[in-house]
Amino acid sequence: MGNENGFTMQFEKSLIELEKKIEEIRVFSSEKNIDMSEEIQRLQAKADVLKERIYRNLTPLQKVQVARHPKRPTFLEYVELIFDDFIELHGDRLFKDDPALVGGLASLNGIPVTVLGQQKGRDTKENIARNFGSPHPEGYRKAMRLMKQAERFGRPVITLVDVAGAYPGIEAEERGQGEAVAHSIMAMAGLKTPIIVVITGEGGSGGALAIAVGDRILMLEHAYYSVITPEGCASILWKDANEAPKAAEVLRLTAENLKEMKVIDEIIPEPLGGIHRDKVAGAKLLKEALVRNLQEILEVPGQDLLKLRYDKFKKIGAYS
Amino acid sequence: MLKDLFRTKPKYVTVRNYREETARQERDERAKKDLPDGLWIKCENCHQIIYHKDLEQNLQVCPKCDYHFRIGAKERLRQLLDESSFEELFADLSPTNPLNFPNYEKRLSKYQKETGLKEGVLTGVGKIEEIPVAIAVMDFFFLGGSMGSVVGEKISNTFEYAAANHLPMITVSASGGARMQEGILSLMQMAKTCQARNLLAEQGLVYISVLTDPTSGGVYASFASQGDINLAEPGAYIGFAGTRVIEQTIRQTLPEGFQKSEFLLQHGVLDLIVHRKEVRKTLARLLRFHQSTERAEANG
Ligand SMILES: [Zn+2]
Repeated sequence: MGNENGFTMQFEKSLIELEKKIEEIRVFSSEKNIDMSEEIQRLQAKADVLKERIYRNLTPLQKVQVARHPKRPTFLEYVELIFDDFIELHGDRLFKDDPALVGGLASLNGIPVTVLGQQKGRDTKENIARNFGSPHPEGYRKAMRLMKQAERFGRPVITLVDVAGAYPGIEAEERGQGEAVAHSIMAMAGLKTPIIVVITGEGGSGGALAIAVGDRILMLEHAYYSVITPEGCASILWKDANEAPKAAEVLRLTAENLKEMKVIDEIIPEPLGGIHRDKVAGAKLLKEALVRNLQEILEVPGQDLLKLRYDKFKKIGAYS
Repeated sequence: MLKDLFRTKPKYVTVRNYREETARQERDERAKKDLPDGLWIKCENCHQIIYHKDLEQNLQVCPKCDYHFRIGAKERLRQLLDESSFEELFADLSPTNPLNFPNYEKRLSKYQKETGLKEGVLTGVGKIEEIPVAIAVMDFFFLGGSMGSVVGEKISNTFEYAAANHLPMITVSASGGARMQEGILSLMQMAKTCQARNLLAEQGLVYISVLTDPTSGGVYASFASQGDINLAEPGAYIGFAGTRVIEQTIRQTLPEGFQKSEFLLQHGVLDLIVHRKEVRKTLARLLRFHQSTERAEANG
């Protein structure tokens, strides 16, 4: 992933350089007490145009890179910015507590909810502690436990999905990673309480779907959601991971593609240049969407909810 | 088409058809090269030479080392169900190319020709020792048994049919996982099949999952691991992540027998491992345990 401070995506290199230059001039002008506001304004306008041009024309693989950006908000940052009174609840009651999947109680605009999602780290140290946000089976079993708890007390469930994939390792297989993913999918399909899912960053295959069955599926503008990574697809298809740009195109994994295929319900816009450039503004947009969707779902009579959720997924697919 | 197949009596004829269908496989090619007429087959496991009729009579299990050869869906149905009892359902569903994925149509028609199937799963109703069941059998020889829209739709339809008609349900999985060529739509079939599996649980109808070599990725991580009873054939590869992916991630070689049926039994994912010769009999025994309650439910 590279060093988080020096992380630069190739396609916005010119923008980053310009932003750096503006910052340098700012520091210089305040240190030397010289008015350079005209120059700063001129460069800022140039940067805005550049940002607009780059971010309005992202290729699918560039979006995947934005979705993976180390500065993109993590689960706990979203919780901090969007919810009140969060209390984290730990453990699956079976084996252990998985730090790669976090959940608990929180209040969304005064409505008590259960919120959970994969937790990536913000730096290398955190990432190692969080296993880069890739859960083991106990993570998904904790998610299930918290969702069942929410059902019992009539709380809606909100999940924030951001995962490269469920962890592929020896212990994960020993403890039934496939079983845990499947069981969680089944539990969500039958959960008698409203569920809102947001794909916030990476929607990496089964490890994402395990917490992504719900009544509303929302997705941030630059998130992706796919059955396989573009790199994985490229190495299978063209025996060459460098063909990832082509694979990302073919897989149709952007929010726009998925909305067309009716896999997601709504695209939540990000601040220009990606949510990592303005977390507060981005979280505000997400909160607005969450509150609105929750209010709508809470109007649906309980007995219709599961039927509608069933039909929603039953309809997805293409055949003749 | 299948009904006809099951009504034609002489067994060796149909088994022969199956052999022709899968003749392209590497092992047969190898066998053919070394041994004229393809009458002799070299076991992949013990490398002994087996006469093909001996292999057929032994349900495609090596008579010398018990290695279970992979078999197609038709052959599997023939082994499991009462003769002529299979009625195919949802046979009309055909795959399309929703993503315009390169070469997908070409590959589909290639596998359709080779297997004589429209898609990677056969679904319908039949009987096992006179007990009616709904059944879905995957075919690994059709694009690696991968689950795309049609496979997911047919399997979920079969669960729905079982729930509506008070039938127990059996799936036989043989799959590399979700089908890459249909992208996200394939991933969604995991949700579709899982939620349909829930319908049986709600009605107290038993669902038995038979996992065969291989059952992996998105199929293992959906309906196939969610049987009331999970049984597997010996030595079957069953796992969520591919061995190569795991090796690349953890940078160490994997222990002997990792992700094989015996490993999964030991770690609590499977209820039992059953030799191919015993699968039909075992299913019948398990089904009889659930028959009375199902009747009571249906009558009540
Ligand atoms: Zn052998």
